[in-house]
Amino acid sequence: MTSVDFDEVSVEDVSRHFGRRRAVSRMTFRATRGMILGLLGPNGAGKSTLLAMLATVLRPSSGTIRYGTFNPSAGPGLRSRIGVLGHDLFLYPELTARENLAFFAGLYGIANSDARARAALERAGLDTRRDDSVASFSRGMRQRVALERALIHDPRLALLDEPFTGLDDASTGALLGRLKALRESGAIVILATHDLDLAEGLLDQALFLRDGRIVETMSAPGALRTTYRSIIGR
Amino acid sequence: MLRAVWLIVRKDLTVEVRSRELAYTTLFFALSCVLVFAFSLVQEGRAAEGVGAGVLWMTIMFAGNLALGRTFERERQSETLRALMLVPAPRPAVYLGKLAGIVLLLALTEAILVPLVALLFQAELLAHPFWLVGIVVTGTLGFAAVGTLFAAMLVRARSRDVLLPVLLYPITVPVIIAGVRGTMAIAQPDFEVEVVRFWFLLLVAFDVVFITLALWTFEPVMTD
Repeated sequence: MTSVDFDEVSVEDVSRHFGRRRAVSRMTFRATRGMILGLLGPNGAGKSTLLAMLATVLRPSSGTIRYGTFNPSAGPGLRSRIGVLGHDLFLYPELTARENLAFFAGLYGIANSDARARAALERAGLDTRRDDSVASFSRGMRQRVALERALIHDPRLALLDEPFTGLDDASTGALLGRLKALRESGAIVILATHDLDLAEGLLDQALFLRDGRIVETMSAPGALRTTYRSIIGR
Repeated sequence: MLRAVWLIVRKDLTVEVRSRELAYTTLFFALSCVLVFAFSLVQEGRAAEGVGAGVLWMTIMFAGNLALGRTFERERQSETLRALMLVPAPRPAVYLGKLAGIVLLLALTEAILVPLVALLFQAELLAHPFWLVGIVVTGTLGFAAVGTLFAAMLVRARSRDVLLPVLLYPITVPVIIAGVRGTMAIAQPDFEVEVVRFWFLLLVAFDVVFITLALWTFEPVMTD
């Protein structure tokens, strides 16, 4: 597997159509290391489709996505540097939290996958429940396990779709701390969220999406809710 | 690649041992099928020549379809198939892992099915166990190779339960015919090794073609 690393992700004039429906239309932006980029917009704005294209599981209908000097066809080497937290949690309910994380750690080629899984569960505050099946967890607990699954291989690019869903205050605080730590470590974080209050003060750049288009870009965004209402409600 | 295949097989087996869902449904369905055929086709303790082989392969085909549908339904429920597409392992490893899991499950079913068919249909299936294992394993592998690819492709289709047999059965008919004829040849009183070898090699050829095609097409068909 070829080693792949990159300092930025660039999206150039990317569109994606499903039949006649246009999910993403001519989007262009760039995200660099140490940056948290927020995708903000109502349901159906194209956030999840864009994340799927960035994750390399969906091909753009037109336009190009580049990861530094690499393109999405860089294959396993590129996928080893991308972590994805989807709207669905990508966890096996019949397996325990530890087994889930160790399974994915193994697939990412991590040598001591069980030790890595235990460390991740400790970080998520779930070490006492590590041998319980995920089916017995609350939505918030599953979300915490899913986040650790997405980040278990220390990805350069973290793609997070609604990461705050189902989290209580303490877990939300921990996640905000985790995202800031990722930024400090030089990761590129791209997250889609509806939770503007949480995104406030976290994002380095915000893209406001509507009907598959970028309608506004804000660097060092503040007063997100007011801006969101004025832009999306137009 | 082999490590990824092993991890996926081990994961599927662990999930199955915990839920026992696939093993129970596949096995009970297969047993019911054989019993119904036995009641209708066995007259005065004897069945017509070759019926046992036909029933065996028909049951493997139906039970296999059931197992294929359910195993990918599991991967769909939490979108874990997408998670498998995101890992850096070569995507054909995902295919091979799922294929191995299906073949193991069907092998477990067949281990119970074959003696039962031999008993109920008075078929001499176990007279040449080496050849029987060869025919059953290669036939199951060919059927599962196509089925695993189609089941993965259809995982997001709304009518996947209908489409899977519609696509799978016509393409695997040659495998099933070769399986039936090979099994019939094993059960003949005047056993001819050349005939059995012919059907066995034909099944091996089908397996090589189907698995090669599936490995070649799995990545493109799984990337939207």
